[in-house]
Amino acid sequence: MACWPQNWWIDMALNAPAEIRMINNIAAHFGYLHTEQAATAVADHIKRFWDPRMKQRLLLFVASDTTDLDPVAVTAAALLR
Amino acid sequence: MSLLKEPDFGTPAKEGEATLSLEVDGLPVAVPEGTSIMRAAALAGVDVPKLCATDRLDAFGSCRLCLVEIDGRRGTPASCTTPVADGMVVRTQTPKLAKLRENVMELYISDHPLDCLTCAANGDCELQDMAGTVGLRQVRYGYEGENHFDAVKDQSNPYFDFDPSKCIVCSRCVRACDEIQGTFALTIEGRGFDSKVSPGAGELFMDSECVSCGACVQACPTATLQERSVIELGMPSRSVITTCAYCGVGCSFKAELRGDELVRMVPHKDGGANEGHSCVKGRFAFGYATHPDRKLKPMVRDTITEPWREVEWDEAIDTVARRMLDIRRRHGAGAIGAITSSRCTNEEVYVVQKMVRAAFGNNNVDTCARVCHSPTGYGLKQTFGESAGTQDFRSVAQADVIMVIGANPTDGHPVFASRMKQRLRQGAKLIVVDPRRIDLVRSPHVEADHHLQLAPGTNVAVVNAIAHVVVTEGLVDQSFIADRCEGFAEWAEFIARPENSPEAVQPITGVPAAEVRAAARLYAQAPNGAIYYGLGVTEHSQGSTMVMGMANLAMACGNIGRDGVGVNPLRGQNNVQGSCDMGSFPHELPGYRHVSDDAVRGIFENLWGTALLPEPGLRIPNMFDAAIEGTFRGLFVHGEDIAQSDPNVGHVTAALAAMELVVVQDLFLNETAKFAHVFLPGASFLEKDGTFTNAERRINRVRAVMKPKNGMHEWDIVCRVATAMGYPMHYDHPSQIMDEIATLTPTFAGVSFDRLDELGSIQWPCDDETPQGTPIMHIDEFTRGKGRFVPTPFVPTDERSTRRFPLILTTGRILSQYNVGAQTRRTANIAWHQEDLLEIHPHDAEDRGITDGDEVTLASRVGTTKLRAKISDRMPTGVVYTTFHYPVTGANVVTTDNSDWATNCPEYKVTAVQVALAHPVVMRQEEHALDGVLAAELVD
Repeated sequence: MACWPQNWWIDMALNAPAEIRMINNIAAHFGYLHTEQAATAVADHIKRFWDPRMKQRLLLFVASDTTDLDPVAVTAAALLR
Repeated sequence: MSLLKEPDFGTPAKEGEATLSLEVDGLPVAVPEGTSIMRAAALAGVDVPKLCATDRLDAFGSCRLCLVEIDGRRGTPASCTTPVADGMVVRTQTPKLAKLRENVMELYISDHPLDCLTCAANGDCELQDMAGTVGLRQVRYGYEGENHFDAVKDQSNPYFDFDPSKCIVCSRCVRACDEIQGTFALTIEGRGFDSKVSPGAGELFMDSECVSCGACVQACPTATLQERSVIELGMPSRSVITTCAYCGVGCSFKAELRGDELVRMVPHKDGGANEGHSCVKGRFAFGYATHPDRKLKPMVRDTITEPWREVEWDEAIDTVARRMLDIRRRHGAGAIGAITSSRCTNEEVYVVQKMVRAAFGNNNVDTCARVCHSPTGYGLKQTFGESAGTQDFRSVAQADVIMVIGANPTDGHPVFASRMKQRLRQGAKLIVVDPRRIDLVRSPHVEADHHLQLAPGTNVAVVNAIAHVVVTEGLVDQSFIADRCEGFAEWAEFIARPENSPEAVQPITGVPAAEVRAAARLYAQAPNGAIYYGLGVTEHSQGSTMVMGMANLAMACGNIGRDGVGVNPLRGQNNVQGSCDMGSFPHELPGYRHVSDDAVRGIFENLWGTALLPEPGLRIPNMFDAAIEGTFRGLFVHGEDIAQSDPNVGHVTAALAAMELVVVQDLFLNETAKFAHVFLPGASFLEKDGTFTNAERRINRVRAVMKPKNGMHEWDIVCRVATAMGYPMHYDHPSQIMDEIATLTPTFAGVSFDRLDELGSIQWPCDDETPQGTPIMHIDEFTRGKGRFVPTPFVPTDERSTRRFPLILTTGRILSQYNVGAQTRRTANIAWHQEDLLEIHPHDAEDRGITDGDEVTLASRVGTTKLRAKISDRMPTGVVYTTFHYPVTGANVVTTDNSDWATNCPEYKVTAVQVALAHPVVMRQEEHALDGVLAAELVD
């Protein structure tokens, strides 16, 4: 019998915002490239696959705090502005 | 009678030029070497009487009915086992042969119940036919002697009866089980007069190894093995050729009916994907289409707490359109979207994405392929240039080494698995890469040469290690790489690094380095090495990387562009390939062309008469996040049950509950419909007219065998919604939709219903240069020109086992059930699988005091569920496994939001969990404790 978690928000809050997790993940997978190339690849990937509101949310997060961001992701985010 | 009966040439065809000439009853015919006289005769138009022979099976020579005379040779050899020699003169009808055949038939009939008029096979019985053919008029032996008339029927299988009193011991059923299905569940027990067909060691069919594929029933020339539906309803009187709606193999079937009542589904011998074979789902599990749970009337309600109210179609469609427009007016075009279904036809999927792009005014369309094979689309596009598998299924017959990665074909794609096993029994080598000891690792007459039993989540480390061996040991195909690929030097430098060696990754993957090296050498040195893979590759946080890793490996070894090689995704649902082809992804228009491409968008804008957005829309997981955030408020779900199939169900249902409008179009009130405001009843595949595209890019026709029970075609429902929203969409027939697809999509340019009816099926690309389609891709050059090597660093998943969640859960499917079980749970297939079970290693079970059959709790950081344990050493210690076919267990309550970095395909295959004995009181305590932990970690 399934027990539906009533407190999904706890899970959401436990983790970094989805966009932060996602861009860090993308940056890690382009980690074989030099930083600038990697940042361009990450930014291109986001342009090709993300809905505009996700980009906006990412940029809002980045504007307020980059603590949780991979350095490549920080550079990539700058390219998205 | 319009029942379609394919010709049976008695023995299998032989390949090669027709170099041998002979004469049969005065008729000249030429055949390839190795052809039997029986087949040559059939090709000449002469049917030799037969009972034990059929062209689906190797010749057996037991019934002694197919005797012939050959000029210059003594005796009367069996034509099925005698190969043709050049210049032969054969006679099939002589007084001597007639006498011999009559005597043989007399013996058969002397021990056969003479109940033809009341027999279920009356009119479809080869014994009956042969008695007539040989002119049997008497049985001199009488019927009083020893016989088998009182042999007891085996009715244990829910789909067919076994009546040994009617058996002539021709062994066709036994041979079908061996040669076609490859299960070896049947045997002939006893000797002489006591010989009888036996499942296993004298067991009932249900207790035996039988997988109910129906091959034995299909092969039986009498009523010994007979479909229960034929026994109960009578012999069908007409056939319609259509396509199965279960897995991505896409088997062709003859739907056989009496009037409008479907009696049975018989695998179509000319079906390109299955060539006359079937599995228990496609062959027998079609009863859901008429199940009483099915909803046939549209329903609406204002809120999800209210009861449903049945309405007419006009009101339902108006409600959808009015409420979608209202949301769009208040929250903008981006606030609404749709999910297409891989169970629906190409034409239905196409109109849904068109509705979203043209009527909704955005690109918020995604498909259930998001949660299965989206990494395949990304990975193969990046490396080969086309988001599709490279081969046809027949290609496996030329493979020398087969590598199966993260797939369980005998359960998930059983008809293809049978093809694969045939090749393995012929001597092809097998490498299995899977955390679980799937059946292919060791089954009758098949044994993997290497089972790389890796830790879940380490696929990329393993494929990199294999490629490392290939590169560092000089096993690459230099000329293929030089002629056909780019980026090799950079990739080779990356892959040759010490950190990618089998020895370096062994502590991560758990696979002995020597085993990886041996497997790599085997694959690389094979004349033809083929890779087949499933969701065990894609449903990981590195799913796209792994697809590219396999593509790199295949290119490095030159295993692309010919028969017997390739990189082949085994697609989960019947139309995963098609739903992706049709532009279901939010970033791609039909034909995998990006929405940002002005020229491509212009083509669609011209034909559709509306402007299209150049930026991608939301993917399914993004839709959920946006719904909770409040920017996404209206969702049209076409034939998918996201509240059961998608991960972290708590998150999914929270998103659904947050929306203002959820529209569900389906056969049943599924889990998602609990959150819906409008329910639009769908049509079953038996009521649809259109096409499905299978895993080998084969476009098959789906033909309606009856009118839609819901009163409206699904494509028409969608068109009416779009029209009611102010964007007129109208087609008179689904063939017009395919014509539009062909106009807009270069890879479908040569496809039409007429062309499909003419050719039977077409594998895209199909255009002026390839009017017959393209069974094998990238033959002379890759779709993108040069094949591209892409470095694939191993980035471990964030999901790790911890002290609290020390085990790793991985999920999959089993043979008798399909996906969320909405269809198969409403058939007699529940006889094999009545609940989802948790497979757990004996050591892990013992540590927790769990014994087989115990009820256990399964908890992850996002949810808890309860199910029964099955002790099994198929899994290594530390790994547990379950299926997700039952909503009551809800396996996806525990799976997480982790997803593939490139595509957001969920990481179903790796979830850190804990398992404990379930006691009602303890269960509540654990839930409480879990919540406490989560809250504590939140504070931290």
